[in-house]
Amino acid sequence: MQASLEQKYNFDIVKWFTVASVIYLVVGTLIGVYIAAELAWPALNLDIAEISFGRLRPLHTNAVIFAFGGCALMATSYYSVQRTCGVRVWSDKLAWFTFIGWNLIIVSAVITLPLGLTQGKEYAELEWPIDIAIAVVWLAYGLNFVMTLATRKTSHIYVSNWFFLSMIIMITYLHVVNSLAIPVSLFKSYSVYSGVQDAMIQWWYGHNAVGFYLTAGFLGIMYYFVPKQANRPVFSYRLSVIHFWALTFGYVWLGAHHLQYTALPDWTGSLGAAVSLAMIIPSWGGAVNGMMTLSGAWDKLRTDYVMRFLIVSLAFYAMSTFEGPVMSAKTVNALSHYTDWTVGHVHSGALGWVAMVAAGALYHMIMKLWNTEMYSAKLVNLHFWLATVGAVIYIIAMWVSGIMQGLMWRDYDEFGTLTYTFAESVAAMHPYYAMRAVGGLIYWTGGAVMLYNTIMTIRQATAARSASPAAATA
Amino acid sequence: MADQIHSTKLQDKIERNVFLMLIVTALLLTVGGLVEIVPLFYLDETMEHNQHKEVLWQRPEGQTVNDWQAGEGVRPYTPLEIVGRDIYVREGCYTCHSQMIRPFRDEKERYGHYSLASESMYDHPFQWGSKRTGPDLARVGGKYSDDWHYRHLRAPRDVVPESVMPNYPWLEKNAIDAERVTKTMEAMRMLGTPYTDADIASVAEQVKGKNELQAVVDYLQVLGTMVKFDETKDYR
Repeated sequence: MQASLEQKYNFDIVKWFTVASVIYLVVGTLIGVYIAAELAWPALNLDIAEISFGRLRPLHTNAVIFAFGGCALMATSYYSVQRTCGVRVWSDKLAWFTFIGWNLIIVSAVITLPLGLTQGKEYAELEWPIDIAIAVVWLAYGLNFVMTLATRKTSHIYVSNWFFLSMIIMITYLHVVNSLAIPVSLFKSYSVYSGVQDAMIQWWYGHNAVGFYLTAGFLGIMYYFVPKQANRPVFSYRLSVIHFWALTFGYVWLGAHHLQYTALPDWTGSLGAAVSLAMIIPSWGGAVNGMMTLSGAWDKLRTDYVMRFLIVSLAFYAMSTFEGPVMSAKTVNALSHYTDWTVGHVHSGALGWVAMVAAGALYHMIMKLWNTEMYSAKLVNLHFWLATVGAVIYIIAMWVSGIMQGLMWRDYDEFGTLTYTFAESVAAMHPYYAMRAVGGLIYWTGGAVMLYNTIMTIRQATAARSASPAAATA
Repeated sequence: MADQIHSTKLQDKIERNVFLMLIVTALLLTVGGLVEIVPLFYLDETMEHNQHKEVLWQRPEGQTVNDWQAGEGVRPYTPLEIVGRDIYVREGCYTCHSQMIRPFRDEKERYGHYSLASESMYDHPFQWGSKRTGPDLARVGGKYSDDWHYRHLRAPRDVVPESVMPNYPWLEKNAIDAERVTKTMEAMRMLGTPYTDADIASVAEQVKGKNELQAVVDYLQVLGTMVKFDETKDYR
């Protein structure tokens, strides 16, 4: 059975992206832990330009979003599109091109960002030659994905693929429009937009990178792997239809809520906030659909550690997609904007939702691809608890520091003057910055456990296979 | 159940045809962006200088950006300032400092008048930021002496013990490449910044003998000083 599947599908490409993704999870979060520690203990900047906070922070975000997230998305989408369409990926060559290309892009980010080569736009820092490479590789990936769907053996396109498709289209728009720049040398370019227009385009990019890359893409993962792992059909087909179209249409509008009370015209920010509030419906539609898929089989959570990752990730998803609309309400935003609360919100989505659902899917795939059980189920459970506890500590630290910061900045004493200097608010953050670094370190340890478990599983499976070649072809 | 696998006929059709799904999704995805972004390029009210001309520098005949005096209105950056801005971007200052003051009482008292859209009209890319690990810098210009800034950038905790900012000892070791500055200003001109030939010709003289530390401080010292605000006026 396994052998025939391996002949039918291109599992090698999935294997490589899977392993790469686990490695990048460990690397990306390690950089995160280091920069978190730099904020708590600034001596860690060591007076070295390349590792100073301002240069490493973009490397952290690029590593976790594009290296870890990107490889996880490509691994899971190449896997699930083949399985749900009943055909091999359209072009093996193009698939390998995306693997090599994407990883070269990651390597070039690791080199250029610490050197300070940047376009200076958050989450879109990479310089123009790398931007062009991203566009080419992304389009190759998109073409391969669409053509695989076009050659499918099934009559209907399965729901997970709608979400991947939506992501592929939107990321193409975002990346191309936001990165338009005039180069002055090989390593320096300037955005063609300026000021208020640049701000709107940047946050249209920024929020939809979250909305389509880290949400739609990972909902695609959820729609394939939750039903598979639970061995039950998706709870509601109708709900998936409604929430897919609502999310596709609605998410695009949210960027403006990052710019409330700024020099952006009021109408734009308010429009963004209004649609943000409405977005809780399609967001929770996805969360409910995922969780209810397990209804009647909740006992699986006791024994199936991979299922735990998937379900807890949906709980984090529901929590942070409730928090998001709340934070985009103008009065809340007036307090939360510019504070650590935003950082906490991002990480409840990133650590709790994105990385947990990806971990669940990656464990599922590792067992299928190498046709084995995990080397240690106990270590999967350990990873689960380290990830959950680490994420919760991180989020709580940022809630406290963020709200405290916001309140300190606007606090007045009985004489009607500002109570605190800015420096006093910085000093008050120290314990929470230390706590955040600890939470991050715990989370990172979980990732390291996963990497160890993955390596041991693959080694075990490879050894077993070479010991009995008959079993591999049986 | 088997005959009930679609919710509507249209949905059924879309699910069976990947190219139809591609087109419908691609169209739907453009709406929000078009509605929110495109008007910003065309609506006059977006930029305050369309209603309040004095917000913008009215360049007297024959003057270069170097002749401008504080408060005369928003102008393109001088050669040294634009180098400083490049370094600000390179070091990722925007990851911890915003440059966008909101119209709240506490922000006015802490930082100054709320920011105008016109004030960042020559900023490619914008540097409004999203996080205040350190204070807002939109109006930091003129608040501290050059000397304070030099000391602060070399070792922030020497002047602000609570600070968590990295030291920037390498800035004063780096010289400025006049040719690169010229290219930057020419690129800005191509993007619509009204630099004159004389502005660009002044680069060599302006950056001669200067280092990156001086450039950053020059940039910081002009932030927020371009417009002279009339407190009785509502600019938005």
